[in-house]
Amino acid sequence: MQKIKPLDHLILILGALFLCVPVVMALMSSTHAAIDIHSNGLYITPGSHGAETYTKVLTSRGGFTGDVTGLLMLTNSMIMGLGFAVGKIVLSMMAAYALVYFRFRFATLIFWAIFATLLLPLEVRIMPSYQVMSELHLLNTYTGLIVPLLASATGTFFFRQFFRSVPDELLEAARIDGAGPVKFFIDVLVPLSRTMMSAIFIIMFIYGWNQYLWPLLMTTDESFFTLMRGIKSILQVWVGSQIPDYNEAFALAVLAMVPPVAVVVIFQRMFIKGLTESDK
Amino acid sequence: MAHLSLTNVGKTYGGSAQPAVADVNIEIRDGEFIVLVGPSGCGKSTLLRMVAGLETITEGEIRIGERLVNKLDPAERDIAMVFQNYALYPHMSVRDNMAYGLKNRGERKAVIEERVAEAARMLELRPYLDRKPRALSGGQRQRVAMGRAIVRQPSAFLFDEPLSNLDAKLRVSMRMEIRKLQKRLGTTSLYVTHDQLEAMTLADRLVVLNGGRVEQIGAPLEVYRAPASTFVASFIGAPAMSLLDAHVENGQVMLEGHALAPVAHAAGPVTLGLRAEDLRLTSGGVPMRVDHVEELGAQRIVHGTVGDQALAIIDTSEALLPETVHLGVAPSRVHLFDARTGRRIETATQPVAVPAE
Repeated sequence: MQKIKPLDHLILILGALFLCVPVVMALMSSTHAAIDIHSNGLYITPGSHGAETYTKVLTSRGGFTGDVTGLLMLTNSMIMGLGFAVGKIVLSMMAAYALVYFRFRFATLIFWAIFATLLLPLEVRIMPSYQVMSELHLLNTYTGLIVPLLASATGTFFFRQFFRSVPDELLEAARIDGAGPVKFFIDVLVPLSRTMMSAIFIIMFIYGWNQYLWPLLMTTDESFFTLMRGIKSILQVWVGSQIPDYNEAFALAVLAMVPPVAVVVIFQRMFIKGLTESDK
Repeated sequence: MAHLSLTNVGKTYGGSAQPAVADVNIEIRDGEFIVLVGPSGCGKSTLLRMVAGLETITEGEIRIGERLVNKLDPAERDIAMVFQNYALYPHMSVRDNMAYGLKNRGERKAVIEERVAEAARMLELRPYLDRKPRALSGGQRQRVAMGRAIVRQPSAFLFDEPLSNLDAKLRVSMRMEIRKLQKRLGTTSLYVTHDQLEAMTLADRLVVLNGGRVEQIGAPLEVYRAPASTFVASFIGAPAMSLLDAHVENGQVMLEGHALAPVAHAAGPVTLGLRAEDLRLTSGGVPMRVDHVEELGAQRIVHGTVGDQALAIIDTSEALLPETVHLGVAPSRVHLFDARTGRRIETATQPVAVPAE
């Protein structure tokens, strides 16, 4: 039996509180009226306006055109998140497959070139990307929102490392079993990569979900508003004597947190299962 | 089922001047069990992989049946291969692992099911059909790998050191199983191993390889009784044949100045090969200083030196050994090799008994 060390526990409890309290505060504050938050600050106890705030946030129409609801923003964010995650996984898996299994000249060089793009953040190439999309008339489309950011050096890197760890004999066995390149990819590599795919899915879904700058630039049509922009726009209405709707901002923030948390919870189980099931 | 013929087969990897495999000629009869044996790096696996179609053939021809397969894909060669690390698809059940090749060939469902069931019965895998490979023991995985080969009903089985990942006891029983199975199915087989014991027990004929070249092809006993070179002599048989510098004088092999046995060979230096099991302790003869003794229970291996040359004898008595023993050998069991080339010298006193097959 291990001795309980009070100091260790204290540190752990403080750490947990440090991480949890802001989230709890946001959740609790969102159930109070905006005016109370403005005068009394943040709350840590539940209030009585929860249901109406969340209903309002999800259904009331806002924005300049007056037809952006929370639900629409949630849908848009979801499309971004899923589009990014799925698109990046498909693309980087195929890229890594080509790099690892097809012997062409300069494969390593190409890989390092792809890898080097990791050093360039989106912001560096945002103007040229914008211009390309604009000339292709893809502004204000989901295609324009998602496709330019799909190429993923991170994903390609992870899948490349993973494919390299798959024993060559498996490929040889598949060749003898009459599986061509496409069949081997779909029948063997994809099922084997499930763990890797769920890990990348978590990362990329959150990456897409949290996109702010790119959607801001690419879309002027309010029907493409994402949650991130919605939160921002609520706080931007500090005009004259009007108080910003803190409670709604908090409610949106809480809503914005739910899907990523859900994704992590769901995929983490697969992720850990994959890690503990040894041998490939 | 078919015969296999390798004609002047060679392989040179790009960027290397030395061929990995050179000038291999083997005719394999239908249903024959051929074992390729040699130390690591001798090209035996490369040769097998060339037959399988996993390595390109840079020289010569390989025919399976009457078909020239040099340029064919592995799947078109009508072969099945068993890998050292099994190479089972980890995400498929045992059943799917066995059925995968047939599915890809577009075989009918009923046929696939029937063949998988038949293989599972033969290999006693029926209770495990729905398990994943990771839930199986090493021996069971090896069986699944064999099942995968059997269901395809190929012209030839190729085994690439299939038993080297198993523990010693299992290896012996799997060895017998493979042999029985192959006899029953009558499928031509090519088997690669570095284990000379495995090679001796499994093979109809052995192919001993060294440095990418064939040293000797023959039935196990033939190779054992009449090794074609010092390399084969030291590789086949355990403990390894002792190879000693000696010379022939007046029709006698002289070892360190002692006459050992009469031979019909011109005088001059030779390499003398003596198997530990052919040597006997005698009251007179060549004296050997005893260095150490390995007790094996049924017998013991006595290591010692004659002059300063190491030698091993198998002795079945349990008597305490003096510091110096004397040894003798039947003249028919003396092997002579050319001192320079290492090739065998056939002598008149050595009738080679080849067992009837």
